[in-house]
Amino acid sequence: MILLRCPYCREMRSEAELTWGGEAGIMRPADPAIASDTEWTEYLFMRTNTKGWLQEQWCCSAGCGQWFKVERHTVSHQIRQILRFDEAFSDVTIAQEGAA
Amino acid sequence: MGWQDYSLLSLARQGLSGNRGWKQAWRSPAPKKKYQVVIIGGGGHGLATAWYLAREHGIRDIAVLEKGWIGGGNTGRNTTNVRSDYMFSESAAMYDKALKLYEDFARELNFNIMLSQRGWVTLFHDQHQMESARHKLNWMRCNGIDAEILDRAALAKLIPGLRADNPRWPVLGAVLQQRGGTIRHDAVAWGYARGADRMGIDIIQNCEVKGFTREGDRITAIDTSRGTIGCDSVGVAVAGHSSVIADMAGFRLPVTSRCLQAMVSEPIRPILDVAMISPATGVYLNQTQKGELVMGAMLDPGQSYGQRGGPRTVQKVVEAAVELFPAFGQARLMRHWGGIVDIVPDSSPIIGATPVSNLYINCGWGTGGFKAIPVGGLMLAHAIATNRPHPLAEKFGLDRFRDNRLVDEGAASGIAH
Ligand SMILES: Cc1cc2nc3c(=O)[nH]c(=O)nc-3n(C[C@H](O)[C@H](O)[C@H](O)COP(=O)(O)OP(=O)(O)OC[C@H]3O[C@@H](n4cnc5c(N)ncnc54)[C@H](O)[C@@H]3O)c2cc1C
Ligand SMILES: [Zn+2]
Repeated sequence: MILLRCPYCREMRSEAELTWGGEAGIMRPADPAIASDTEWTEYLFMRTNTKGWLQEQWCCSAGCGQWFKVERHTVSHQIRQILRFDEAFSDVTIAQEGAA
Repeated sequence: MGWQDYSLLSLARQGLSGNRGWKQAWRSPAPKKKYQVVIIGGGGHGLATAWYLAREHGIRDIAVLEKGWIGGGNTGRNTTNVRSDYMFSESAAMYDKALKLYEDFARELNFNIMLSQRGWVTLFHDQHQMESARHKLNWMRCNGIDAEILDRAALAKLIPGLRADNPRWPVLGAVLQQRGGTIRHDAVAWGYARGADRMGIDIIQNCEVKGFTREGDRITAIDTSRGTIGCDSVGVAVAGHSSVIADMAGFRLPVTSRCLQAMVSEPIRPILDVAMISPATGVYLNQTQKGELVMGAMLDPGQSYGQRGGPRTVQKVVEAAVELFPAFGQARLMRHWGGIVDIVPDSSPIIGATPVSNLYINCGWGTGGFKAIPVGGLMLAHAIATNRPHPLAEKFGLDRFRDNRLVDEGAASGIAH
């Protein structure tokens, strides 16, 4: 069961109260008029799907309604960072995290 | 080698001599230095690919590399429903070919996969869904697939335990594909493994692929937990681990890996004689020949490579099942488990060429690739042997995402996931 403390309303939210929003930090091509097919394909379809630490977005959908960002391990489900949407992930690496 | 065929006679003979004479169904060879073709992934799709490479294209210098044991991935974790009720004609053609190959499996491979075409029933719960039921009937018939609509009375006869007038999710009717049903899942992996082994193909278990040696845009060798293995071409059929292999080979896929759960009850007497789904509640169920109720779920939220899911999903499945079949409330759950499935944006598979010139992929089957194993093997084998898409695979290349020609079965046939 995924349990996340929302960084906006500060409540501990369970899976039933959350909506998963996929990979965090996907950027729409800055100038759509000149973006190539390859850039559009990357943006629309290609996804980071790491076996290990992954940065993703979740919505506190049954609570305050805010989207926020999470760094989670896709094998252990350990949570390393939970951030407001305008904050940037810090580059932490925990020594004993091991390979997945 | 020599065939040691399974038959009534061999069963009787072995039975009378204490079953001590059975031979191992496939060898456990050490890897050779090099193979013409290396298949990564010893699930149904990988093993079927090896078999079709030998049978259709005469290539026998093949290794199948499996990091665990064959069939230990999703092939041995799924709820075993088979059917071909997809909407786009290219999808229907592909899935129905798979069903036909399954219908021939026992004859061709001398292995009983316990194909039980007891009927695949899709339940509909309100007036709007009943309109889509008629839509579904039309598209299935246009695709040449058998289909009929069942009203409440017909359903009550077919599925006596179903409480169609339950207040929460009343059932108004259903679509039946009689040729759908279930198959014993391990048997599919074992049948292809035995067939491939007899063609001289090496099935190498406990052999994890860890990286590639490249020369230009080709892969020349594969680094594994059992040493380096040279190759002329590579086939990849690793389902939920497709992105991990693509990362090693240096390209990206439109795939996310998700956990899908299923569960079984203790065995009970025969009560459910069809395989069925209620798309609105997200539950699908059937009863095994042993009597267990097998129940499948929707995806757990979030990407995951952990082969276990959360309790909320289990609760949702059980809730829906018991609402539809109040009698099931007396049964206890025996086991539940998860598998890691490869989800793509249009819920259709990706088959064939990749940016690496001698590496071909079979992935993206997501929550529904067990039913497709024979055709998945046929299509990947064709790509490897001829460097061209199989006629059934033409619309299912990786390039469809760049060309924006999705085959959106998620929207079309309303795949639940
Ligand atoms: C709970 C559940 C229910 C399902 N229900 C149905 C259903 O009712 N009907 C249906 O049609 N489909 C269903 N599916 C989907 C179906 O199971 C899959 O689409 C199908 O089995 C995929 O087969 P595969 O051979 O591609 O993958 P798998 O059987 O998963 O085989 C891939 C293999 O690759 C191996 N591998 C991975 N990485 C490496 C590596 N680095 N080196 C070597 N080997 C590696 C794995 O160990 C694994 O054995 C279900 C899936 C799940 C999880
Ligand atoms: Zn909140």
